[in-house]
Amino acid sequence: MKIAVLGSGCSNCKRLYEITQKAVEELGLSIQVEYITGDEGLKKIMELGLMQSPVLTIDDEAVMVGFIDDTEKIKEIINEKLG
Amino acid sequence: MDIFYPLQQFANWVSFSVLKLTPKTHLAEALNFFIYDSLKILALLIVINYLMAIIRYYIPTEKIRDFLTKRNWYGFDYFLASFFGVITPFCSCSSIPLFIGFLSAGIPLGVTLAFLITSPLVNEASIAIFIGLFGFKITLFYVATGILIGVLSGVILGKTGLEKEIDESLREIIEKSKKKNSSSFLLKKKPFFWLLKKFWQEGWSLTKKIYVYVLIGVGVGALIHGFVPVGFFERYLKNGSFWTVPLATILAIPLYSNAVGVIPIMEALVSKGIPFGTALSFMMATVGLSLPEAMILKRAMKTKLLVLFFACVSLGIVLIGWFFNLIM
Repeated sequence: MKIAVLGSGCSNCKRLYEITQKAVEELGLSIQVEYITGDEGLKKIMELGLMQSPVLTIDDEAVMVGFIDDTEKIKEIINEKLG
Repeated sequence: MDIFYPLQQFANWVSFSVLKLTPKTHLAEALNFFIYDSLKILALLIVINYLMAIIRYYIPTEKIRDFLTKRNWYGFDYFLASFFGVITPFCSCSSIPLFIGFLSAGIPLGVTLAFLITSPLVNEASIAIFIGLFGFKITLFYVATGILIGVLSGVILGKTGLEKEIDESLREIIEKSKKKNSSSFLLKKKPFFWLLKKFWQEGWSLTKKIYVYVLIGVGVGALIHGFVPVGFFERYLKNGSFWTVPLATILAIPLYSNAVGVIPIMEALVSKGIPFGTALSFMMATVGLSLPEAMILKRAMKTKLLVLFFACVSLGIVLIGWFFNLIM
C-alpha cells in the first residue's frame, strides 16, 4: 500500500501529513507516508482532476480531499482500503 | 418576534442575576454584549456551515469548473464565477490549485480572478456574522457589492491580456493538465445517513476552527461597545465620509485577519460613529488585500499582474466604501 499527502505547501498540508503519519503508526503499519508538495504536489493534484489542497491518496487514488483534522477518520479510510 | 430573544434573556440572566452586575455600567454592558453576540453568531455559524457542507458536497469546485466550461456564457461567466466564489468556502491553501485548475480547463484569466477575488471577500462565515450583527437587508447589500468588486475586477484584469504574467513553471503545469476530467473520487455515491453525519462533522469542524476568531472579534467589539462613548469617533472624523475610506483601506493592508474576527469589531465601531462605508472598506481590505494572501499569489503571478490585481481590488473597495457612505 502506498499512502501520500499531496499539497501546495501550506500549513494544512503539513498538518495532514503529520496526522496521517500518526494514523499509520497507531494502526501498527510499517508504511512510509509520502509528502509531495510544491510543483510536484500541484502536478499530481491536477493529474487527479482535483483543485483543492491537501489531498490524501492511497495507491495513487484520492481518498480524502481538503483538510479534516481527524486522525480517527484517516484510520477508518486506511482500514477500509486494507479490506 | 426576534428568534434570538431567548439568547438575550440568557445574557441578561448571566450578567445581572448570576454575576449581579449593575445594569448600564461599562462592564455590564460589555459582558452582556459579549455573551449575547458570541452565542448568536455560534448558532448562525452552526446552521450555515452545515448548509455549506451540503452545498460543497453536491457542487465541489471541480463541478463549478466543468459547469463554466460547458458552454459559452457570453460574459455571464464573470458573474457565475464570482457567485460561486461566495458559496465556496475559501482556504488560501487551495487558491493555487484552483487557479491552475480553472485556467487549464480553459476558463479565461479574468473569470478565474473574479472567483479568486470574491471568495475571501464574501463567504459563508462572513454572511452568518453579517446577518447576526447587521440584519438581512444590509447583508444582501454586502454580498451584492462583494460580487460586484469580483466581477468588475475580473472584467478589467481580463481585458489587459496578461496571461503571460503567470509564473512559467505553473504555465507548464497548466498546459500539461489540460483536458483532465473530474476525479472519480467526487462521483462515488455515498449512503444518505452516512452523508448526514459527514456534513455535520465537516460543518462543525469548520465552526470550531473559526470560532476562536469570532470570540476575539466579539471580545474587542464588546469592549468598544461598553467603554467607548457614543459618538466618540464622530468628533474626530467630522465630514469624514470621504477621506476616511481610502485611509481605512490602506491601514487594513498590513493587518491580516479572518473576516469573522473583523466584522464584530466593525459593527462596534459603526455603533460609535464610524461611517458604515468606511468600516466596510476596512473589513473588506483586511480580508481581501492582505500581505499573506499576496505572498501566496506571488507564487502564481508575476509582479505586474499582482500589482494590477491589488490596485483593482483596492479601487473597488474604496468605491464601495464611498457608495455606502453616500446612501447611509
